[in-house]
Amino acid sequence: MSLFNIFNVSGSAMTAQAQRLNVVASNLANADSTTSANGQPYRAKQVVFSATPVGDGSAQGVQVAAVVEDKSPMKMVYDPKNPAADAKGYVAMPNVNVVDEMVNMISASRAYQDNVQVLNTSKTLLLRTLTIGQ
Amino acid sequence: MINRLDEALRFQQTALSLRATRQELLASNIANADTPNYKAKDINFASALQNALAGTDAALPVAQTSPMHLQGNTSLANLGGQVMYRKPVQPSADGNTVDMDVERAQFADNGLRYEASVRFVSDELKDIQAAIQP
Repeated sequence: MSLFNIFNVSGSAMTAQAQRLNVVASNLANADSTTSANGQPYRAKQVVFSATPVGDGSAQGVQVAAVVEDKSPMKMVYDPKNPAADAKGYVAMPNVNVVDEMVNMISASRAYQDNVQVLNTSKTLLLRTLTIGQ
Repeated sequence: MINRLDEALRFQQTALSLRATRQELLASNIANADTPNYKAKDINFASALQNALAGTDAALPVAQTSPMHLQGNTSLANLGGQVMYRKPVQPSADGNTVDMDVERAQFADNGLRYEASVRFVSDELKDIQAAIQP
C-alpha cells in the first residue's frame, strides 16, 4: 500500500532536516568558540543529503550521507588581550558564517513543515479510505 | 454475479491504486527538495490508467532463468505506470530539479482526486446495495 510508504518517505525527510537544524544550532552556538575538543578553533559543519530508496516502489526518502567540516579559512581577529592570540596578536575565530546559518535554519524549518503537511494529507487520505462502503 | 460486482468496481479501484502510487512519488519529490542531484519524478496518470485498464505491462519483466527466482517487484509496472523525470523549468546549481510550487500543487490536486475516487467507490457501493434491497 503506497500511502503507508509516504510515512516512511516523509519521516526520513523530517529526520534529515532535523539533523540539519541540529548542525545549524551547533554552528551558531559555537560561532565564537576559539577552542574545541581537538584544541583548534571550531569549524563549521554541514550535512550532505542523499536520496535513498524506501519501500519496494520507486519512492525515495532522504538520508544524511555525511556531516562534513567547512574547509574555508578561519576568521583572523586582532585581539592581543585574548589568551588564544598568536605572537602578532591575532585570534583565529571559527569560520561560521552567521548569515548562511540563518538561511540554512529557515530553509530546514520550512522543509520540515512541508513534510509534516505531506504526512497529514496522507493520513487524511488513509482515514478517508477506511470510510469506503460506510 | 460476483464477477460483475468486481467489474463494476474495477475502474475506481485501479484509479485509487494509481493515485496512491503517484501520491507516494510526489511525497518523495517533496522529501528530496534539498537533496543534490535528485531528479523529480512523476507518472502520466491518464496513460498509466489506460495501460492499467487494458492490462498492458509498461515495464520490462525480470528475467527468470531458474524456477527458484523471485518475480521481482512489478507493483507499479502491473498498474501500467511508467515513472518519468519532470522537465525542469528553473534547474538549480546542485542538479536538483524539484520545483516546490509544482510538487505541492500536484500533491494537493492528486490528494483531492484520490478523495473524489473514494467518494465514487462509496456511491457505487451504495447503488449496488440499493439495487439488491428486497
